[in-house]
Amino acid sequence: MVELQAESPGEGRLPVTAGDLRLSEVVRERMTWLAPYKGQAAALSEAMQAAHGMGWPKAGRMTGRKGARAMWFGRDMALLIGPEPDPGLAAHAALVDQSDAWAVLALEGPGAPEVLARLCPLDLRDQVFKRGHVARTEVAHMAGAIARMGADNWRIMVFRSMAGTLIHEVETAMRRVAARRNSPREGADRAHHLP
Amino acid sequence: MRVEGKGLVDRERPVSFRFDGRDYQGFAGDTLASALLANDVRMVARSFKYHRPRGVMTAGSEEPNALIALGQGAAQEPNLRATTVELHEGLWARSQNRWPTLGLDLLAVNDLFAPVLGAGFYYKTFMWPRAFWERVYEPVIRRAAGLGGLSGAAALDRYERAFAHCDLLVIGGGSAGLMAARAAAEAGADVILAEEDTRLGGRLLAESEEVDGVPGVAWVEEIAAELAAMPNVRIMTRMAVTGAYDQGTYGALERLAPDVAERAHAPKGCFWRIVARRTVLAAGALERPVAFAGNDRPGVMMAGAVRAYLNRWGVVPGQSTVVFGNNDSAHRTVADLQEAGVHVAALVDSRHYARCDLDVPFYPGAHVCGTAGRRGLEAVTIATPAGETRIAAECLAVSGGWNPSMHLACHMGARPAWDADRLAFLPPEDAVPGQRAAGAAAGEFSTRACLESGLAEGLRAVRDLGLKQPEMSVPSAGHAAYDIFPLWQVPGKGRAWLDFQNDVTVKDVDLAARENFRSVEHMKRYTTQGMAPDQGKNSNVNALAVLADATGRGIPETGTTTFRPPYVPVPIAAMGAGAKGKGFAPERLTTSHAESVARGAPMIEAGLWYRPSYFPRKGEHTWRQSCDREVAMVRNAVGVCDVSTLGKIDIQGPDAARFLDFVYTNTFSTLKEGRVRYGLMLREDGHVMDDGTCARLGESHYLMTTTTAAAGQVMRHLEFVAQVLRPDWDVRMVSVTEEWAQFAVAGPQARDLLNGLLDAPIDDAGFPFMACGAVGVGGVAGRLFWISFSGEHAYEIAVPARYGAALFRELVARAEAMGGGAYGMEALNVLRIEKGFITHAEIHGRVTAYDIGMQGMMSGKKNFIGKAAASRVGLMDPERERLVGLKPVGAVKELLPGAHLFDESAEAVSANDQGYITSACYSPTLGHVIGQAFLRRGPERIGERVRMVDHLRGSETVCEVTGVVQYDPDGGRLRG
Repeated sequence: MVELQAESPGEGRLPVTAGDLRLSEVVRERMTWLAPYKGQAAALSEAMQAAHGMGWPKAGRMTGRKGARAMWFGRDMALLIGPEPDPGLAAHAALVDQSDAWAVLALEGPGAPEVLARLCPLDLRDQVFKRGHVARTEVAHMAGAIARMGADNWRIMVFRSMAGTLIHEVETAMRRVAARRNSPREGADRAHHLP
Repeated sequence: MRVEGKGLVDRERPVSFRFDGRDYQGFAGDTLASALLANDVRMVARSFKYHRPRGVMTAGSEEPNALIALGQGAAQEPNLRATTVELHEGLWARSQNRWPTLGLDLLAVNDLFAPVLGAGFYYKTFMWPRAFWERVYEPVIRRAAGLGGLSGAAALDRYERAFAHCDLLVIGGGSAGLMAARAAAEAGADVILAEEDTRLGGRLLAESEEVDGVPGVAWVEEIAAELAAMPNVRIMTRMAVTGAYDQGTYGALERLAPDVAERAHAPKGCFWRIVARRTVLAAGALERPVAFAGNDRPGVMMAGAVRAYLNRWGVVPGQSTVVFGNNDSAHRTVADLQEAGVHVAALVDSRHYARCDLDVPFYPGAHVCGTAGRRGLEAVTIATPAGETRIAAECLAVSGGWNPSMHLACHMGARPAWDADRLAFLPPEDAVPGQRAAGAAAGEFSTRACLESGLAEGLRAVRDLGLKQPEMSVPSAGHAAYDIFPLWQVPGKGRAWLDFQNDVTVKDVDLAARENFRSVEHMKRYTTQGMAPDQGKNSNVNALAVLADATGRGIPETGTTTFRPPYVPVPIAAMGAGAKGKGFAPERLTTSHAESVARGAPMIEAGLWYRPSYFPRKGEHTWRQSCDREVAMVRNAVGVCDVSTLGKIDIQGPDAARFLDFVYTNTFSTLKEGRVRYGLMLREDGHVMDDGTCARLGESHYLMTTTTAAAGQVMRHLEFVAQVLRPDWDVRMVSVTEEWAQFAVAGPQARDLLNGLLDAPIDDAGFPFMACGAVGVGGVAGRLFWISFSGEHAYEIAVPARYGAALFRELVARAEAMGGGAYGMEALNVLRIEKGFITHAEIHGRVTAYDIGMQGMMSGKKNFIGKAAASRVGLMDPERERLVGLKPVGAVKELLPGAHLFDESAEAVSANDQGYITSACYSPTLGHVIGQAFLRRGPERIGERVRMVDHLRGSETVCEVTGVVQYDPDGGRLRG
């Protein structure tokens, strides 16, 4: 019998680091697209709560915790990330496997928001875009998603086929940000140029 | 030369640099301009048109004269203002627009012809012959006149782009900006303080005065340190805000400090887009010159700039200075120079009522009416009520008053308002939503008034943002009244410059008025006033005052020209940062990409996708050899092709079936589960949008495929239908294009190949033609479809994308073992043309179902999108150009897509046009060229001959009209 070897979208290209910034790939996470049928949103949320321990996320938000999350993913849709979906959910919603459709990258380290500011027009300031927030947005001219998992811990998602472009763009921005930040003369610079 | 004990430069840190091949030394904190002046380099440039010697005139980004070039080759950057170039070790700068050298510029001969080279000279002179306009005159003029040049090499990608967001954007870090930023920061607002200069302070760095009982610079440092320590404040120096746009968006160009820009991977600059809820425009004011004869000589400078060079950089431009002005800026300059021990030869004040308490030769009610000196100022002539006097001087400091920098308040089309007391245009109120001006930009010209105004606007922004206003007081500072008397030009012989950068003089503006270019916009274009890179920052107001005089109108009636972004020049390389090479457009790569490239396949772009053109084998030298072999492989054995790029849309819900009936012309509610059907989709206007197959996976579960090209368009269309046309239907859809890697396995041995691979083999009975279903491939859950785009017995097999690369390798290896292999887009195209299948070359947006012979697929039993429009008489007219096959039968055996068709005996002109060819190829199966074409009454003309004429490529042949399907018309091979 033939044995097919699995390859991740960023296979062999990650992780990369620049200064204290690190870009890595989040692989082998089950992702199921959920879209409740008419009038079924509340029932779906209850079913999710019972089966997976999290309710339906509000627009731009995530529910659940590490290992089992629901991520808002557009109008009346969310991604169930982590668990195999409970078959009972299908009574309330369309379910479609998307585990292989997206390249999911983790960007971590101080300065991560500065990297994202070079890729995405959204307002990602701490007081605006907090932990547990998610947005479908433009990422370096690609339709994608950005989610904040922690203070310096972000997810960036684009279609799997564009993984190479995303890695190139994020890596370039990381190097630029690191070059600005990791100055051997940072203190001296500030003293001299910002009296 | 340097003045001991003055300035903020770091005299412990000398910096070596080179200008025009000579080595000099300056200090850390110098600009190129201050360092050149410190080294007594007075002439730094030649003027645009007359090639006159020019020197540094200002101390900021408004500098019209001191334009220089940095860098070599692709890194060359022309037209940089020496006044904003930070001095750094190893800086190499060059002068521009001179030949052969700055000192001996042969084109200075233009200056001798100045009397005939005035405004409009080109238009009047270079009229005949017409053929010379572009070939002779323009190149000659461009060589003789101009600024710096580009290298001609592609720019290095050393810029980046970024976004920033804040509650309050403060533009300008002078006294007003610092107060506004501090007020908002204390209130807890998120503040960006953008300063064009390398350090905060604005005019306080350039003046000698106290704020809050301490020297101005010390006060600035204290506030700046406070702001820098606050987490909600972002101080962005070297950041010139260049434009105001909708929704509180501002463009800004950041230059990185030279030592930062030198680091590996660091950018040279960044083009920012800043979105702010409120903005305080505290951009200060620019001092304006006065037009008098010879006012462009190196050594003639703005009075405020002379103070800046003295107080900030410890530099004076000459041994002896004359100061000339119409306001107290002149007196202040004398006081500063004298305090520093610099000789002031005269103070010329045009105000007849002026008093002077300084120990200096004082000429009230007098004017400077001329200058002398070959490559720099040597003497000035003063016209007093008693007569003319000549005084030796190396520097002439001039002040004609101040123009508030309200450009950013006018970027949305509003015009500034004239203030007759201050003789200045003031920013229009509320002309840019959320933005207000403060300080000198709002016409406040004393330090105390600037501090007050900055605080007031800062507090106002705090209130608007819904925050609590902090308690803050205004520090004590100088509060002298601004006394100014009108003085725009000094009458007299000789050329008096207005626009130094474009060599426009008072005479030119007068001439424009005489020739009836009386509107300020017409005058601007006739004379080129304000059209140089400085955009007339220090000359526009003077020019329109002169125009007002010449036309007998007032200044407010004359009005200003339009203010447009950018405020300072922005390299295109900065705005387009990253958008070249790999950054030009995203690349979409299939899972088989690496294997295809490894097999030597040239890749072609299909939208953002990259697909293999063909797979060359040893001994094949042309694409045709590979293509022909691949076609034969599919026809005789088995071929494998990645078709993952086709759009795949998962559609579910109780109303999924009727939804598909509504968007397709044919019916899908009757399709059995586990079966696939070809579908045709129209636009609302009755023309074909797309085609593809759609599989029914379950009772209320379908999988639609689209063409690669129209995947996005179809998805958008379906969403529109679901959300807008039939919001009452319960249907959900999502793209699964990227979830599945899908491969066509085509050819007589396709099933044999698959049966060697599938966990459970298939046969005709269990898996007939147009069947679909779940399969296992080595335990991986996949999907199989018996569909064909080649005309052969063929399947498409899909697996989750993570297994795509492995499955492709496996399929190709097995195909090769059976005498087949991978095939690319070229073979795919030949196979489908042979079989008469269509692509977007045929359904190009202007054809109907009738045109492609598919009117039978337009169901009469139901309504569908496009039905009404497609039924219009004109869209069902037999005279329309309709799809047929073609083969050449004349001497020339070629068909060219895009070529037009004519009757055999008709003249090949558009009136006789009968149609056009959409696709053509050499068919290795049939042994000759075949094509598809749209031909008037096409299907009625099978067997007739028509003439193909390609006017562009110069080809002509006779062809025979055939059926669309030229290979296996009965479809026996298709069904295995």
